[in-house]
Amino acid sequence: MEFFDHLMLGFSVALTMENLTYALIGCTLGTLVGVLPGLGPVPTIAMLLPITYVLPPTAGLIMLAGIYYGTQYGGSTTAILVKIPGETSSVVTVLDGHQMACNGRAGAALSLAAVGSFFAGSCATLMVAAFAPPLTKIAFAFGPAEYFSLMVLGLIGAVVLASGSLSKAVCMIMLGLLLGAVGTDINTGVVRYDFGIIELQDGIDFAVVAMGLFGLSEIMANLELKDLRIKVASKIGSLYPNRQEIREAAPAILRGTAIGSVLGILPGGGAILSAFAAYAIEKKLSKEPERFGKGHPAGLAAPESANNAGAQSAFIPLLTLGIPGNAVMALMVGAMLIHNIQPGPQVIKSHPDLFWGLIASMWIGNLMLVILNLPLVGIWVKLLKIPYMFLFPAILVFCTIGVYTLNNSTVDVLLFAVFGCLGYVFVKFGCEAAPLLLGLVLGPMLEENFRRALMLTHGDFSTFITRPISGSLLAIALVLVMLIALPSLRNRRNETFEEA
Amino acid sequence: MCRGNMGGAALMKLKNRQDFWSGLMFVAIGLGFSLYSWLKLRLGTAAEMGPGYFPFWVGLVLAGTGSIVLRSAMAKGATETFVGKFDWRVASLIVASVVLWAILLPHLGLFVSIFAMVVVASLASHELRFGTAVLAAVFLMLFTYLLFVRGLGLSFPLWPTFR
Repeated sequence: MEFFDHLMLGFSVALTMENLTYALIGCTLGTLVGVLPGLGPVPTIAMLLPITYVLPPTAGLIMLAGIYYGTQYGGSTTAILVKIPGETSSVVTVLDGHQMACNGRAGAALSLAAVGSFFAGSCATLMVAAFAPPLTKIAFAFGPAEYFSLMVLGLIGAVVLASGSLSKAVCMIMLGLLLGAVGTDINTGVVRYDFGIIELQDGIDFAVVAMGLFGLSEIMANLELKDLRIKVASKIGSLYPNRQEIREAAPAILRGTAIGSVLGILPGGGAILSAFAAYAIEKKLSKEPERFGKGHPAGLAAPESANNAGAQSAFIPLLTLGIPGNAVMALMVGAMLIHNIQPGPQVIKSHPDLFWGLIASMWIGNLMLVILNLPLVGIWVKLLKIPYMFLFPAILVFCTIGVYTLNNSTVDVLLFAVFGCLGYVFVKFGCEAAPLLLGLVLGPMLEENFRRALMLTHGDFSTFITRPISGSLLAIALVLVMLIALPSLRNRRNETFEEA
Repeated sequence: MCRGNMGGAALMKLKNRQDFWSGLMFVAIGLGFSLYSWLKLRLGTAAEMGPGYFPFWVGLVLAGTGSIVLRSAMAKGATETFVGKFDWRVASLIVASVVLWAILLPHLGLFVSIFAMVVVASLASHELRFGTAVLAAVFLMLFTYLLFVRGLGLSFPLWPTFR
């Protein structure tokens, strides 16, 4: 079968000492840097990219891929331990992962994240190997109307994440959409909402908002508490998940993998959408949805698996269509171009060893990361024991420097402070930040696809419903809204009847 | 069925304070964005959207949804919530430390700005004493230098520049 031939070719390339070493270096570097709160995959890869220029193309890309996965693992570690999402998709990991850590189950959380990610990565790798060409056909069927509807569906799904009020979550999403509009409008070149500040013309960087809303406000909230925070030290417990946690997490891992593998292919926001969708679905399917947000293993395992599977399958549009699915992929395209390789459909034919070697080393990279990270779980958990009074200045410094290095801009740092204040206000008002971040990421794409779809039909709104895929996506969104809204409506009505 | 005083009664019964202030905030922000769009940007039509079209409508929807939040906060069956006390001291110290870093970096370099940031931030912690804060600051200065400048090769203005 061709499938096995390809894999054999891939492994023969990936398993050379040279490439194995580069993969290992990449994974280690990625993890170490990714663990630091404040440094996510994009700045890390951007910083380490030049190192790969001197390497032969396959080795360079393998190392980059290792760095990419390493930062994902490192980012999850930070999200769980310190509640700071290192990258877009870790936003969802923060929700239950950090709570598990607060409950003394940090080790279990980290292990579940590692194993779930590995499993998802392996499955997704197989999928990439087997289905790369046919899967791109699905991507072709998606026009702007379909993308718009998919994102609407994703945003509605995100509302399910809110453990609080439905309408507040919708408001936060809208706020995210508006913040995403800050900057230069792609289609017209007009600058919006910049208030005369030059640096705002490129828009507000996601990492700035994420770290401000989560990291900085968390520090403020923690310092407020006179009787300090995580009593983790007293409740460390075993470093690995217990039977029940595994039982609760296992199905979530499977579902997360499936969701991530499929959604990750769609260019743009694949990994983050998969993480949100997986979480939402787990919450809906669970027999104890009220435990979500308080440290339910499935709430951690599902998005972790989904975003890893999504990250893997995000390589598909890159390698087959030459379309980078997110910022990291764009950097990869840059790396490929430096090595004189045009990413696109012909890569499979012209450089099969590169293509399949990269895919095989993805799997090897995942394996290395599990081996690296599981023993390290003990060390990370010990980090939590450091008294907060020493921890928080370090977190503060790393986050600030991390924000600065995004664009070498102190304006970004000032924005970081502003969002810290905003995050603090949100905490006091009981507004959840996660939906805002999703809105921020998807906003520009939502608008662009909305605009394109309407341009194609000269302003006819019915296109969103009459095109079959788009129509069905919107229908699912509507059903979701009704599912969410009806129970609360019913309760509200019962309450008012009782009061009367 | 006299409901003449319902307005006053509803306000006095305001239980869901969190949602009340959230709703108010959302309405204000939504209207603000829409107003800006309307005044400063071209709206265009659905077929030919101007830069202001999308934010204008999203802003209005935000204001609309925000008013729903507001209304439900004032409803009779609302759950009771409180807005936690704002600790202005802690919040402003932390924010100030970050802002200080941003202001000092280009002029006084990385080391000084980290030092200043850590010292100011330490004032926000009730456990961290000044002496320990200074030690922590020095440690962090060293660590960031080794990691970011030497290890990762990033460039920062390191020392004060005097012109």
